Amino acid sequence: MTDRLPPRLGLLLRQVAYQNRIFRRVPIAAFFTLAFPLMFLFLFASIFDDVSIGGGREVAAAQFYAPGLAVFAAASATYTNIGISTAISRDEGILRRVRSTPLPPWVYLGGVVGSGVSIAAFGVAAMLAVGIGVYGVEVELDAVLPAVVTFVVGVASFAALGLALAALAPTGQGAPALAQATILPVAFVSDVFMPLGDDPAKWMEVVGDVLPLKSFVHAFFVPFDPFRTGSAWEPGRVLYVAAWGVLGAVVASRRFRWSPSVGSGGGRSRRSRRSRRSQPAG
Amino acid sequence: MSDSPTVVVEELHRSYGDVKAVDGLSFEVRPGEVFALLGPNGAGKSTTVEILEGHRSRDAGDIRVLGHDPAEASAGFRDRIGIVLQEAGIERELTVREVLEHYGACYSRRRPIDEVLKLVGLDGLGDRRTHRLSGGQKRRVDLALGLVGDPDLIFLDEPTTGFDPSARRQAWEMVEGLRSLGTTIVLTSHYMDEVQALADRVLVVAAGRAVAEGTPDELRGSMDAETVVRARFPIEAEGTVHDLLGKLAGRAAVRDGLLEVRTEQPTADLNRLTGWALERGLDLDGLEVTRPTLEDVYLELIGRDPTGEAASDD
Repeated sequence: MTDRLPPRLGLLLRQVAYQNRIFRRVPIAAFFTLAFPLMFLFLFASIFDDVSIGGGREVAAAQFYAPGLAVFAAASATYTNIGISTAISRDEGILRRVRSTPLPPWVYLGGVVGSGVSIAAFGVAAMLAVGIGVYGVEVELDAVLPAVVTFVVGVASFAALGLALAALAPTGQGAPALAQATILPVAFVSDVFMPLGDDPAKWMEVVGDVLPLKSFVHAFFVPFDPFRTGSAWEPGRVLYVAAWGVLGAVVASRRFRWSPSVGSGGGRSRRSRRSRRSQPAG
Repeated sequence: MSDSPTVVVEELHRSYGDVKAVDGLSFEVRPGEVFALLGPNGAGKSTTVEILEGHRSRDAGDIRVLGHDPAEASAGFRDRIGIVLQEAGIERELTVREVLEHYGACYSRRRPIDEVLKLVGLDGLGDRRTHRLSGGQKRRVDLALGLVGDPDLIFLDEPTTGFDPSARRQAWEMVEGLRSLGTTIVLTSHYMDEVQALADRVLVVAAGRAVAEGTPDELRGSMDAETVVRARFPIEAEGTVHDLLGKLAGRAAVRDGLLEVRTEQPTADLNRLTGWALERGLDLDGLEVTRPTLEDVYLELIGRDPTGEAASDD
C-alpha cells in the first residue's frame, strides 16, 4: 500500500472538534449540560446566606455547593452526554458508517470522549468563574493541582461510564431515560445539591458511598473546603472513582456495538435488513 | 491498477442457524467493470456484499478484495473501498459539506468536495444542514460519502430500491457517471431492468447459489431461441385442435381455451395456425407473438412462477 493514511493524532483532534461542533448545534444538550448547573448555583446563592465558620470568618454559601455543582456539570458532560449521544448515533447508523471508513474505531471513541471532557472542562470553568467572580468563592493556590487532577480522573472515569451506558442501553430512544434515571437520583444522595447534608438516612449514605459520584464530589470539594487544615489531596476518593472508570471501560469494551439493534430506535436504520427498503428513506 | 481481478470469491459459505444464506458462491470482478449480483430478496446478495465489505464474517471460502482479506478489515483496506450505506445515518446538525469534509479527511486520497457534490447532483446544497434534505437528497449524500475517499472499488447495495421511477433514472445516471470515472463497482439489485441498464456482467443468485452468469445480453441469449405464440379461440373448436397440434413445429399446449405455442419457427407456425383458423372460419382472439423479456428469463432462472412467489424466499 503506497497510500499514506492521515496521521492519527490529527484525526483524533479533528474528531473532537467535530463532536464539539455537533454539541454546539444542539441547544437543548448545551442547556442541560451547562446552563442547568449554573441555574442551581444562582438559585442556591439566592436562597442561602453567607456562612459563619468561626473565628469571625464568613464565607459565601456558594463555597460549599459550587464545587459539587461543577462536578455535576462535569458528570453531565461526560456520562449523560456521551451515553445518550453515542446510543442515538448507533441507532441512527452513524457508528456503522464510521466502521465503513478507514477511521480507526478508537479514534472515533477518543473523539467522543475528548469532546465530552472538553465540554466538562468548559462547564467546570464556567461554574468556578461565576462562583469566584460573582459569589465570592475562594480557592487556595495549593488546592489548584489537586482539583485539576481530581477533575481529570473524574471526567475520564465518567466518560468511560458513559460509553458503558451507551453499550448497555438497548436503544437510543431509551438512553436519555436511562441516563437521567441513573444520574439525577444519584446526585441527590451524592451531596451535589446539599453538600452539608444534615444526617441523611443510612441507605442514602450507603448508596452514595458505593456509587462514584459522591467520591468525585467530595474529592473535588476538599480543595475548596474552608475548614480544611491539611492536604487538598484525596487519593482514596480519587482512586475509588478511577476504579469505577475502569469498570466502565471494561463493560464498554465488552458490550459495545457498532450496528443498530434490530427493530430499535429511530432514524433510517430501524427496519431489519429484509424490510428496510420497503419504506421511503428519511 | 493491474489486470488481476479486483474481487475474487471462491466457494463462499455463510449460514444463519439452519439457513444457508450463501451456499458456495464463486465469482470474480474485473478492474473497471460494473458487476451486479441479481436475485430476489433473501437470495444472499446483501450477505455476500457485507462479507466483501468486511462487515460480516464468513463460514468458509477464499476471498480477496483489492488483494486484502476483508475479514481482517484493515484501515488500508477500508481506505480503498467505498461503501454506500443506505441504512446509515448522517449527523443531522451538520451541513452536507461539513460531513463530507470530515469523513473525507480520514482517507489517504480525497476527491474534492465540490467535485463530489457535482457528481451526485448536490451542487448548491453543500451548505444545507442534512436534516433539511429530502429522502432522495440524503441518498445522494450516502453516495457522496462512498465516493469522497476516491475509492478503487465501490459497493452499492440495492441502490434504487424504494425509489420512484424518476429517482431511479437519476440514480442510474449517477452510476453511469461513476463508471465513466473507471471505478470498479459491485452492485446488488432485484430489478432486472436496472441490471440491464447498468451492469457489464451479472451473477444471478437464488437461495444462496449462482444460477447464471454473463452479460445481460448473454443471459437473454440463453433463452431467446424460442418465441411464444398465443391465441384464444372458441371452446367448441377445441376438439378439432388436435390435427393442428400435429402440424406445428413448436411445443403447443391448450388450456382453458388458450393455445400457447413455444417455437423456433414462429413464421411457419403462425402461418399454419392462421391457415387452420381461416379454413374453419374461426376468429383468433388475443393473438399475440412475443419474445421472452429479460424479466421472463430472470424469473425462470430463479425458479419463480411469473405470477407467484418463489417457495424458497424468506
